[in-house]
Amino acid sequence: MTDATPMFEARDLTRHFDVSRPLLQRMVAREGRRILRAVDGVSFAIPRGTTLSLVGESGCGKSTVARLSVGLYGPTAGSVIFDGRDLAQARAMADQRRRMQMIFQDPYASLNPRWRVADIIAEPIRAFGLVQTRGEQELRVAELLTQVGLSPLDGQKFPHEFSGGQRQRISIARALSSNPEFLVCDEPTSALDVSVQAQILNLMKELQQRLGLTYLFISHNLAVVRQVSDRIGVMYLGRLAELSPAESLFRRPRHPYTRALMEAIPDLDMTGRERIPVGGEVPSPISPPSGCAFHPRCPLANDRCKMERPDLKPAGDAMVACHAVEEGRDDAMPLPAIARDAA
Amino acid sequence: MSNAPPLLQVKNLRVEFPTRRGTLVALDDVSFDIAPGEVLGVVGESGAGKSMTGAAIIGLLEPPGRIARGEILLNGRRIDNLRYEEMRRIRGKEIGAIFQDPLTTLNPLYTVGRQLVETMTTHLPIGPAEARKRAIGWLEMVGIPAAAQRIDSYPHEFSGGMRQRVVIALALCAEPRLIVADEPTTALDVSIQAQVIALLKTLAREKGTAMMLVTHDMGVIAETADRVAVMYAGRIAEIGPVREVVKHANHPYSEGLMASIPPLDRRVERLAQIDGAMPRLSAIPRGCAYNPRCPQVFDKCRALRPDLINAGTTQAACWLYDTETARD
Repeated sequence: MTDATPMFEARDLTRHFDVSRPLLQRMVAREGRRILRAVDGVSFAIPRGTTLSLVGESGCGKSTVARLSVGLYGPTAGSVIFDGRDLAQARAMADQRRRMQMIFQDPYASLNPRWRVADIIAEPIRAFGLVQTRGEQELRVAELLTQVGLSPLDGQKFPHEFSGGQRQRISIARALSSNPEFLVCDEPTSALDVSVQAQILNLMKELQQRLGLTYLFISHNLAVVRQVSDRIGVMYLGRLAELSPAESLFRRPRHPYTRALMEAIPDLDMTGRERIPVGGEVPSPISPPSGCAFHPRCPLANDRCKMERPDLKPAGDAMVACHAVEEGRDDAMPLPAIARDAA
Repeated sequence: MSNAPPLLQVKNLRVEFPTRRGTLVALDDVSFDIAPGEVLGVVGESGAGKSMTGAAIIGLLEPPGRIARGEILLNGRRIDNLRYEEMRRIRGKEIGAIFQDPLTTLNPLYTVGRQLVETMTTHLPIGPAEARKRAIGWLEMVGIPAAAQRIDSYPHEFSGGMRQRVVIALALCAEPRLIVADEPTTALDVSIQAQVIALLKTLAREKGTAMMLVTHDMGVIAETADRVAVMYAGRIAEIGPVREVVKHANHPYSEGLMASIPPLDRRVERLAQIDGAMPRLSAIPRGCAYNPRCPQVFDKCRALRPDLINAGTTQAACWLYDTETARD
């Protein structure tokens, strides 16, 4: 890392959605506005050439962060800093905009079925005016197709002629076509079979090394995240519960929610250990619990956790938002088996 | 495994889809048994025929799909050639089904209590009052808090995880002897997934219910199943005890499939991957369907299709285990 400015930074990022019923109905029912706090004060930075992953269960706000990061949503409060500039300014400049791209989860929905693959991949090249002639454009598309492991001849085909994994390769080629430095990948392998998932993850790692890309990687799968990340943020109900270097997260998960998540993953090694599932479910982000949002499910919760919302505080080489960890009460909860085995 | 006679026998099942451009063979020569109280996991990539096998057993193949050959026997009685009404009685009474999406299984217009009561009074010799009492019991058993109050709620009033529990209660309440569960936990978050799996496992053990568990999640299989069938391109590639298939697979496809699962306990520089993709039904290669992707392919694989043969700890459809095959 020669340049100290992080490629990407979220500062106290917040996004609320108004999910109120129409005014008249609200008046009749005498109810107030209903605000869904999808993302509520999230801060992190991603150094150049590294990968930060956000994990969490559905509804935790990770996909909203992804969309905020490329400007598909505007923040309600807080800011997104891209290469030292506020995203609002950066998006205004085409040469900044082309430096960030996004890969979506569903490779069936994210490619226009009426366009040939070559046109899909060339669209950003044309939109940003990156080449002068038709010939140059064709050359670039062929190069991109080869880069993601497809044949240049595939450019003449339509998306329906490809399998899910190949389509995701096309999405990646399209994302790379504007020579971006920063890629936001929202569950890029969740719709794929495991054998194909491995292909795509390997490809993404290879491209990162070759092109020096910076990734924001969104996933619900901890095993996948372990393979690709330098750092990991665990999200719960719109906030970061823990932000930690990847390996220490697995060696010493600190937040009770992180531990519970790891404990809940089915055990492929069949050690026959009985797992303790986390009780309860993710509460609604419209009316999150008071204090720490995890307290109704947390074995370590006490009165302070019910009253006072914890902020991210340093704990070892990680940042953890937990009163129990801060007060040193977390020894009462055993480490998950994965971490115990590693120790 | 005990020597109990199998509860479910699937023999040489072949499912075809007639199309304008010719007949597609979705399942070809699929055979397996499930014993009472046994959980058979069925895994494979999408399009391998896992769900199709389940649909054929419960008699809900989507037209124009049809069983072209083979037999399905429940307790020694053929159920693949029954008329619609007869099959409807068996579904629910003797075979319970759990699907991936709990919202489409439940009727949104009826309370969950009514759906449970109706299922029980239809299939069991009990009256509505007794059925309601049992319904509350079932909801408690699947872990729905305050079941006596929640019984009169509508499906939309439950969260995703709770809804899937209701579906499980619904599948179990007529006390079927076989449950066909198609991706029962895929739509759920991991923390809820673990709860549902634990529940299914306990019920199978306590009630002696046999289960066919279709999923692409190997972790779920490893935790729940007694035996596993690995499917590829409409056929069973390998079948055997869960520990053997997960840890010491014999078929190169199962081996590749297991190896490509990202490990949770360590970081690897490069994940093992199977190159290429599963063939489409309209273009299944000659010989072994896996031969174009197989790292151990040899001439015979390209010419002749292997059947399941004894591969030591499991049965695998692979010429590597054919004693007649001279390889050099």
